[in-house]
Amino acid sequence: MIQAINSAMEVMMERDDGVVVMGEDVGYFGGVFRATAGLQAKFGKTRVFDTPITECGIIGVAVGMGAYGLRPVPEIQFADYIYPALDQLVSEAARLRYRSAGDFISPITVRSPFGGGIFGGQTHSQSPEGIFTHVSGVKTVIPATPYDAKGLLIAAIEDNDPTIFFEPKRIYNGPFDGHYDRPSKNWSNHPAGEVPDGYYKIELGKAATVREGEAVTILAYGTMVHVALNTIEELGIDAEIIDLRTLVPLDIEAIEASVKKTGRCLIVHEATRTGGFGAELSALVQERCFYHLEAPIERVTGFDTPYPHSLEWAYFPGPVRIGEALKKLLKD
Amino acid sequence: MSVEHDRSNLPPPNLPGLSLHVPEPKFRPGDTADFSDFDIPAAGAARRPDTAEPANGFHELAYSLVRVLDEAGNAVGPWDPKLDSDTLRKMLRNMALTRAFDERMFRAQRQGKTSFYMKSLGEEAVSIAAATALASDDMCFPSYRQQGILITRGYSLEAMMNQIYSNSADPLQGRQLPIMYSAKDHGFFSISGNLTTQYPQAVGWAMASAAKGDSRIAAAWCGEGSTAEGDFHSALTFATVYKAPVILNVVNNQWAISSFSGFAGAEATTFAARAVGYGIAGLRIDGNDALAVYAATRWAAERARTNQGPTLIEHFTYRAEGHSTSDDPGQYRSAGEPTAWPLGDPVARLKQHLIVLGEWDEERHAAMDLELAELVKAAQKAAEKNGVLGHGMHQPFESMFEGVFEEMPWHLKEQCQQMIDERKAAGL
Repeated sequence: MIQAINSAMEVMMERDDGVVVMGEDVGYFGGVFRATAGLQAKFGKTRVFDTPITECGIIGVAVGMGAYGLRPVPEIQFADYIYPALDQLVSEAARLRYRSAGDFISPITVRSPFGGGIFGGQTHSQSPEGIFTHVSGVKTVIPATPYDAKGLLIAAIEDNDPTIFFEPKRIYNGPFDGHYDRPSKNWSNHPAGEVPDGYYKIELGKAATVREGEAVTILAYGTMVHVALNTIEELGIDAEIIDLRTLVPLDIEAIEASVKKTGRCLIVHEATRTGGFGAELSALVQERCFYHLEAPIERVTGFDTPYPHSLEWAYFPGPVRIGEALKKLLKD
Repeated sequence: MSVEHDRSNLPPPNLPGLSLHVPEPKFRPGDTADFSDFDIPAAGAARRPDTAEPANGFHELAYSLVRVLDEAGNAVGPWDPKLDSDTLRKMLRNMALTRAFDERMFRAQRQGKTSFYMKSLGEEAVSIAAATALASDDMCFPSYRQQGILITRGYSLEAMMNQIYSNSADPLQGRQLPIMYSAKDHGFFSISGNLTTQYPQAVGWAMASAAKGDSRIAAAWCGEGSTAEGDFHSALTFATVYKAPVILNVVNNQWAISSFSGFAGAEATTFAARAVGYGIAGLRIDGNDALAVYAATRWAAERARTNQGPTLIEHFTYRAEGHSTSDDPGQYRSAGEPTAWPLGDPVARLKQHLIVLGEWDEERHAAMDLELAELVKAAQKAAEKNGVLGHGMHQPFESMFEGVFEEMPWHLKEQCQQMIDERKAAGL
């Protein structure tokens, strides 16, 4: 997935000389996860550059560059570090088009690795997407495969509105089935692990049906798509799995059609539970599919605690918790 | 179980307990404001370094006060920009026009025609002299008290008023608090109500301009109070690291609503001194001296245009009015302060200079004031034809949902439809 993300930036930098990449360690070194490797050597230091360690500054500067007419792609090294930039994202980038009546826009794409599963402790594991889905004026995108990562990132960079692009770092190098004690897989055997060269994009706001099924609808994104898929295969449940891909704008039609078909809905995310995006999904499904529901909607999420280091695999919404939730949903 | 701490490594325990210092301004309501101990450096005394001199060669300028106009109204010393009298008169006129505009709009707020207004009384030189010194296409990232930039750049007074009234001709479609203008075609960035967010944005704009080999520079303004924001320090770090072609102005008007400048660190050092720690050129200037503001801006702009990097300019001035229409300065500071402030009134000082030059007189000034008052009145009359705040809905209510994104997503369309249905059902 790293190479796919790298390729998306490379393709866009070739197509549009306004695209600039910036962030902590992204330049000469190529990023702590190597997502920007080779870009500075190819495009030069004024288009790919290291920044001081101030996330507020990185996003503020990106907003200013966007106002000039560039199309900045800032990286926040870990989603856990994004909080110093919140004012610039929430009050500035997200509001600029509206408050200036289109006089200025903020066409920035903020890339940031997020989520747990790598023993990152509480400062390298968080999933703060719910903070951004709550903000008007910003889009939130989370890919689950290399193919999608490239197509969605290209679409996000081309988009004239600010986009938060959270990259699930647990699946940077391969899909994850939720069993931390089994050997890890790489993307080479996964159908969506193959990434075409060159330009293609995946429209923002369109979900992907990863698996069709009749028994229950599972709504997931990022790492949890793979965990959920493996769990139902192990349990032999005929679930329909929808990878949301974009949280805002959300593909409500795909969700509604699926839940009306199956009559049951499980929502899975790694982020904390209270006020998480799952709560919004649950409300939407209830509002639109109430008379089709045959069981209460279930949520499997991270707990409302900081991400614990040593207890990571008890916290992570893995196969056991997903399995228990599915049993409850399917018991009648 | 309590832990016994061994403190035998400390000196004998004869120190008094710690005490916390909480700053307090010199004068509060009822006090007589007395600035006699305020040391005013003589006009013309400050050195003017070559614009190519490295920033560490003139640290003293961050702690003194660059002044051009002396007490008699003469322009003296190396910073005298030697402007022709037409430019001086134009500056004077723009300052007087801004003051007349402020007066009129302040009254409009008191008459209930809008929700909010902010005057720049006593600080007109800061924005107008700077805008006069910049190129007309240099990009300004103002805070909320630099309306003088728009007026200097010839933006329509009526359009400003339409924005203040949030009326049907408001260029911002009623979406922003009054005075939070945006005018890209006048090089004026959308004003945010959140403080100093424009600082890193200005640096980013300047970096983009430099990266593109452009010739335009950026300038930003913030108040002394908001230099405490993290954005300010992020901006200075970025500015120095990339030698961004940007002028960073700190308008030290000494009051942040009711908090005096001591709460931003003024008891310990100057605001221009912030530049020293970042290795940026720093100037502390008399912000009520239009010629000093012009000269400093010109000097900083030349540095920026020749890749010498950023300059931080502290404009030492005084906020002669309340913060906004929402506060009464009589509640927190001495009523005598505005008149006792020894650096005077920027309009009166520039006027005096022109009189000393033989290029102006009281009669012409009075006539100009009258003419400007009429000009503002006529603009107001025209703007009010488009409505004032609170008297009817000036924008179609569906417009609330427009412009959040370039294209309206389904959830906003749905919310809009819900509002239409609800209003219909309620008979609205």
